[in-house]
Amino acid sequence: MGNEAPTPDTASVDFQEVQQSPQFHELRRRHRSFVFPMAIAFLLWYFAYVLLADYAVGFMSTKLWGNINIGLVLGLLQFVTTFGITAWYVSYSNRKLDPVAEEIRHGIEGHEFDKDAVKGLAQ
Amino acid sequence: MKTMVPTVEVSALKDTTMLNMGIFALFVLVTMVIVFRASRNNKTAADYYAAGRSFTGSQNGTAIAGDYLSAASFLGITGAIAVNGYDGFLYSIGFLVAWLVALLLVAELLRNTGKFTMADVLSFRLRQRPVRIAAALSTLAVCFFYLLAQMAGAGSLISLLLGISDWGGQALVIVVVGALMIMYVLIGGMKGTTWVQIIKAVLLICGAAVMTLWVLSIYGFNLSNLLGSAADAAKNPNVLNPGLQYGKTGTSKLDFLSLGLALVLGTAALPHVLMRFYTVPTAKEARKSVVWSIWLIGLFYLFTLVLGYGAAALVGADTIKSAPGGVNSAAPLLAFHLGGPLLLGFISAVAFATILAVVAGLTITAAASFAHDIYANVISKGKADPASEVKVARRTVVVIGILAILGGIFANGQNVAFLVALAFAVAASANLPTIIYSLFWKKFTTQGAVWSMYGGLAAAIVLIALSPVVSGAKTSMIPGANFAVFPLSNPGIVSIPLAFLLGWLGTVLDKRREDAAKQAEMEVRSLTGIGAEKAVNH
Repeated sequence: MGNEAPTPDTASVDFQEVQQSPQFHELRRRHRSFVFPMAIAFLLWYFAYVLLADYAVGFMSTKLWGNINIGLVLGLLQFVTTFGITAWYVSYSNRKLDPVAEEIRHGIEGHEFDKDAVKGLAQ
Repeated sequence: MKTMVPTVEVSALKDTTMLNMGIFALFVLVTMVIVFRASRNNKTAADYYAAGRSFTGSQNGTAIAGDYLSAASFLGITGAIAVNGYDGFLYSIGFLVAWLVALLLVAELLRNTGKFTMADVLSFRLRQRPVRIAAALSTLAVCFFYLLAQMAGAGSLISLLLGISDWGGQALVIVVVGALMIMYVLIGGMKGTTWVQIIKAVLLICGAAVMTLWVLSIYGFNLSNLLGSAADAAKNPNVLNPGLQYGKTGTSKLDFLSLGLALVLGTAALPHVLMRFYTVPTAKEARKSVVWSIWLIGLFYLFTLVLGYGAAALVGADTIKSAPGGVNSAAPLLAFHLGGPLLLGFISAVAFATILAVVAGLTITAAASFAHDIYANVISKGKADPASEVKVARRTVVVIGILAILGGIFANGQNVAFLVALAFAVAASANLPTIIYSLFWKKFTTQGAVWSMYGGLAAAIVLIALSPVVSGAKTSMIPGANFAVFPLSNPGIVSIPLAFLLGWLGTVLDKRREDAAKQAEMEVRSLTGIGAEKAVNH
């Protein structure tokens, strides 16, 4: 059970050709232009929170109302942003990533990217 | 007031030991019967490792939540908040935010490229043997640390229920409970694990929800009142502020940062969580399952905040620390305070089912990794017959189980969430750099992967061995000795960047180039789901 293809019919596909196709470039660009900035943003926000809790205890202990302090509010905001980014990513994937990925899949399944030898046989 | 409540609590707990155990045993029995009935018809290898890829996103998401909300989350975090106040809350936040790494960078791409184990993905376009061995070894190491924490948690829980407080008695409890769990894995196998996870996730979240509402209702659904009461009970307003546990010295502050790093980067590299992404039919379902689990896990961690401060206010930190099971007993003690033996029995049974399910998942992951990646693919070079592979898997279960029981005895009394954070640090150091590089960096090579995995793994384990966790402090595993030359109790801040650096260095210094066609295939597959996606239609 190594890395044999999950389905045999991709054996004839020239993946390098797919990789260089404009559609695939577009898919990769859309994927990375969302996940990389987003990953950097939430990690920065998370570490800002950790550093504040670690080194700005006085600030984090400031009471806002009752016994609720800034530290607790920022902590709960981490939950809110996590839920928010999750929802945003799902909607982005559904709108921008899935259609392109599907288009490329159909292209591959329609033998648009077959290796030359196999292409010749198929025709 | 504060000293009154505890004495009543502990003696009351002793009076009802038989009742506690009876209710506990009943719940465990019912859960087991359901699991065995639900899991009868699993036959093939794909069933065994990936549950036939037949689960829907929401089922799998619930199972992931079940896998993830281990004893660490329930017993550990509640205890950490109850005893250390705000600093315990970092666990909740780190454990949750970490899911974004999994969602954005790992889950779908991994689902699209892999088959059964993490090593399948890591060795997709690199040389099989060296990468597979390294990935399997790091899987075993992570599973060992995770198991050790679960064993310690199980020991705490049963000691509390039986009222055993001496070290030898608790060690015996860990041995017996650990042996029972290993028996369960050997007999039941992977068969029911996913169903255990689903059932117990639902029970755990419902149980925690009931307790949360109960605690909140005592304080008129006013969080501020609850916090005030917790601060009064502790006679220390600082339980509401950060720094109570980690703010003492410059070193401890660095330790907090190290913990934060390990928590957020560990999740996406945990082998038993990664394996769960393969139980769904498509990447879209993998995405759905992560979304489901993020909602469930996030909700649960919000509960832990209330439960932790609730335990601090209603039970009291001193009672918790002196109870059998120590800091890990906060949640069961709170249950006893609220609902008496009935709720205690129920909550303990849920916690026990939690531990059992996680232990099952972990040992199966470890055994699959050893039998599939090392024995079948490397030692017998793919010529092993399935029967001997299964035999090896079973022996691995026994060996890793015994190691975890021994480790659990020495780790007894430590906070379970803290112990799990060590597993997170090992996973983030050994696995995450290679996962990220092989998914996103075209030039990444075998040498980079091997350097990063062994370097990260060795750094994390050596630093833990030389840390105050193992020796040199009152709470250490070996309190008598002192070879703690590394001051931090979590190695993440050193070992994780080191592993990333080694992966980069190993790659740029590598004279060999990897197969460009394989890289293209992996990238195209990972983003489009071609090949993997096809499996649905069959």
